[in-house]
Amino acid sequence: MDSTIIIEKSVIILVVFAITMVMAMYSTLAERKIAAWLQDRVGPNRAGKGGILQPLADGLKLFSKEEFEPDTPNRFLFFTGPAIAMSTALMTSAVIPWGDKFHLFGRDIILQASNIDNALLYIFAILSIGVYGIMIGGWASNNKFSLMGAVRAGSQMVSYEIAMGLSMIALLMMTGTLSLREISLQQEGMQWNVFYQPLSFLIFLICSFAETNRTPFDLAECESELIGGYHTEYSSMKMGFYLFAEYASMFISSTILAVLFFGGYNYPGISWAVENWGVNIANLIGIGVLFAKICFFIFFYMWVRWTIPRFRYDQLMNLGWKILIPLSIVNIMITGIVILRHEIAVFLGF
Amino acid sequence: MIHIPDFAHASTVQIIFCFLAFITLLTAFLAIFSRNPIHSALYLVISFFSIAGHYLLLNSQFLAIVHVIVYSGAIMILFLFTIMLMNLNKQNEVHKPRITRLGAIVSFCLICIVLIMIFINSKPIEGEYIATGEDYQSINVLGRVLLNEYMVPFEFASILLLTAMIGVVLLSKKEKTEK
Repeated sequence: MDSTIIIEKSVIILVVFAITMVMAMYSTLAERKIAAWLQDRVGPNRAGKGGILQPLADGLKLFSKEEFEPDTPNRFLFFTGPAIAMSTALMTSAVIPWGDKFHLFGRDIILQASNIDNALLYIFAILSIGVYGIMIGGWASNNKFSLMGAVRAGSQMVSYEIAMGLSMIALLMMTGTLSLREISLQQEGMQWNVFYQPLSFLIFLICSFAETNRTPFDLAECESELIGGYHTEYSSMKMGFYLFAEYASMFISSTILAVLFFGGYNYPGISWAVENWGVNIANLIGIGVLFAKICFFIFFYMWVRWTIPRFRYDQLMNLGWKILIPLSIVNIMITGIVILRHEIAVFLGF
Repeated sequence: MIHIPDFAHASTVQIIFCFLAFITLLTAFLAIFSRNPIHSALYLVISFFSIAGHYLLLNSQFLAIVHVIVYSGAIMILFLFTIMLMNLNKQNEVHKPRITRLGAIVSFCLICIVLIMIFINSKPIEGEYIATGEDYQSINVLGRVLLNEYMVPFEFASILLLTAMIGVVLLSKKEKTEK
């Protein structure tokens, strides 16, 4: 492997890391602004012009808060919990294609940290590891409420992972590949997967709400029953890491939604732009389009949070196991029948 | 014969292998020896992760990722759930009679014999696959081989899983009606 590839990939990884952090930071501001807008308030407007420096002030506040530790025999695990939550939230971005090929300095640069065959499976693997951050943190807090919150959040994530995986299988049957780059290339122009797999998209969307522990599925955090849920005992930046991880994973799951179902960096007329304006400009527009889609999904998350009331815990489990999983299995069967319709017609003798 | 590796001239892969093997064995032993059941489970999780690393060293991405999803992501999480919700203190530890310990040792020895015989008698069929020149690490080829050549064992495995699932549902239903 030559050193240019290593430099190129490191730059991409660093930039993606920085962008994820900035997006997560400003999602906190956006959430408060959108909440204010939906509730007919002004929202944070003191730090900077229109509250633009609010995330920095929040970060500074979290850093300078007193670091409290409960009297726990598992001090190491207590520190590991937020670390796992944060790193799993950031790891997923490695396989996401942020743009098509750039032609710079006489070589093609693909805006993707690693183009592995099993990108989609990799994302599921990271998602399933993410539960550990919550479980370990909640258990190591040595507090009943933390443990109950952790078990709630964990069982919710495990249950919705199944429906999420099954909804993905229907998409995979159609695309025939697990590589996110190839899935993006297949959706060239306006051939977005959402038009072919609307049910799969709906199930995936609902499950990603549950995976990120967002309202209407944020039952892990419940003042009247469980205080703060799994991060009751956390303070200072350890608490900040849990909150930050939630926003980072919200950004990442919006990205996955955009890439899988809404064409990623594709936009109508991309081939025309490549022909007339060149590869680089067409791709710059593509990156902009991808980020517009991501921002829309982040807005959607917040819109839902401030519009829809939350579920009860048994309703949540019923929805996951008794509605979403059978629905996604039906979706798989319909997809199979549609893919094999010619063979079935021949078999039945039409 | 024990092969002693030459550390001065070891390649990167060998160094990574030694490191991973050390972590795997260490955490596996710690999983057995640690007093706290949750610590045991977490050591086992680390051990599973390093086994996934071994798969990556053998160039099989798919197996590594599926291993992480199934073992670390699903089975161990359910283990942790169960252990966390049960109150496993010293006071309410179940006293095991001597016959169970004896039974455990005997069954362990039997499993060891079976495993050793499998490892001695199994013929690696990797050579035949290398001769065909196809990339057997990619899931495209893997899927085709699994669903054509190994169709029957594959389906049998799914029937086995289905049976286990039905059994679990039956057991948990029965407990509820008794209460």
